Amino acid sequence: MARYAMAIDTKRCVGCADCVVACQTENNVPIGYCRDWIVQDTYGEYPNLHLEIRSERCNHCADSPCVRCCPTSASHYAEGGVVLVTHDECIGCKACVASCPYDARYVHPEGYIDKCTFCIHRVKEGEDPACVAVCPTHCMIFGDLDDKNSEISKVLNSRKYKTLIPEAGTNPHVFYLL
Amino acid sequence: MKETIITSGRMNPGIDPVLHAWGWEIPIYLFLGGVVAGILFFSAFYFIRGKSEQYRTTVKIAPIFVPIMLAVGLLALFLDLTHKLYFWRLYTIIRWESPMSWGAWILMIVFPLSLIWVATFIKDIFPKWDWKLPLVEKVVDRFKGYQRWIAWGLLITSLILGMYTGILLSAFNARPFWNTAILGPLFLVSGLSTGTAFVMLISKSHEEKAKMGQIDLILIATEIFLIIHMFMGFLASTEVQIHAAHMFLGGSYTAVFWTFVFVLGLIVPFISEALELGGYNVPVAVPAALVLIGGLILRFIVVDAGQASRWLYKFVEQLQ
Repeated sequence: MARYAMAIDTKRCVGCADCVVACQTENNVPIGYCRDWIVQDTYGEYPNLHLEIRSERCNHCADSPCVRCCPTSASHYAEGGVVLVTHDECIGCKACVASCPYDARYVHPEGYIDKCTFCIHRVKEGEDPACVAVCPTHCMIFGDLDDKNSEISKVLNSRKYKTLIPEAGTNPHVFYLL
Repeated sequence: MKETIITSGRMNPGIDPVLHAWGWEIPIYLFLGGVVAGILFFSAFYFIRGKSEQYRTTVKIAPIFVPIMLAVGLLALFLDLTHKLYFWRLYTIIRWESPMSWGAWILMIVFPLSLIWVATFIKDIFPKWDWKLPLVEKVVDRFKGYQRWIAWGLLITSLILGMYTGILLSAFNARPFWNTAILGPLFLVSGLSTGTAFVMLISKSHEEKAKMGQIDLILIATEIFLIIHMFMGFLASTEVQIHAAHMFLGGSYTAVFWTFVFVLGLIVPFISEALELGGYNVPVAVPAALVLIGGLILRFIVVDAGQASRWLYKFVEQLQ
């Protein structure tokens, strides 16, 4: 059983937003919406400033509040632990939108709830998600945590990393290499 | 210093800059659900206590409004859905982890139960009432034998309904202002209080109004206690919850909450009901109407403030 995850190297990300555009193109994301986005955190006092750039998206949490609160089980764990929404089971109650501490979900103009799918349609074909595939600095690694020899397992073994708001108890599966 | 910027731009409608998943529909429904819970609870309670005639409005008249209120509340819920044609999916599964799911199911029990409850009384209230169809007449007569059972059913389900309106929100730890276990009891007590206020508004019996006023006095006192404890809990909690509390203690919700909910919706009715109890003649409609309006505004503020409180990107609030 695979457990898909993503590691994003904050030391290499330059915030070019290619991942954002690639996702919008690949997934036909409606204009004005996005499934991933770039965050820049600046720390310190001038002139000693430190910049951290992150490409953020749904964290495909292992303890997803969105899956827990969904009244129809439209939000569910799919193959590889990827959190997906079955469109024709979704009633658009927006409980999952409110439950996500990362604000990763939105209401698609067609009515159902939409978000990052880890490009599972590409992954099934053996390809990387669109955002990972286009990254010009190769700062994103997608892979299977259950495979100890995968690139992502190795990098998480050898590098320091963090997840976003782990204190919300979500057990997120997008890791940021520090 | 720490500064956070979304440089790629993120303006997902309904999400950015501040979450706005739920508009007016949800607070309207939560309010009506609370009033319904209050009316049904006291109706069933005084029926079981054998006081149907003494408190005729509480037991028999007020519940007539329940199916109408529930219908309006459910319509509001339906309007809130963005994928409306699939609403029936709620009833193809029970998910115990999801408050939204068991709320939908409890409504599925309370709604028909309240209709049956009203049907068994309707001829006492409207003597000329005619069911037209003999079959309906027969079924209703049949149910009359089970009034006590129905009353017990309503007593329990109305409490669950009242509680659930709060738990629905408190189950989201992503929204620090909602994420307090006090919200369930608070909405239940507020719902019971608005239920008594509704009875006070429509009752013509002085004795009944006085009784409901006394009960409301206790409920309001409990509500004040719970609200104070809610803020004490927030202030003693994590940074995000302290931040959530400060939206009400100097932040943008301060004036509207403490004026309309706390003073006009709780303190003023409390004082006027206490004066009434002490023998002064206060028109009971005043505290009753204030309690109802305060309860409605409380739901609006809580639903709104919860969505304004969050874990990530606090800079967004600073822009407000």
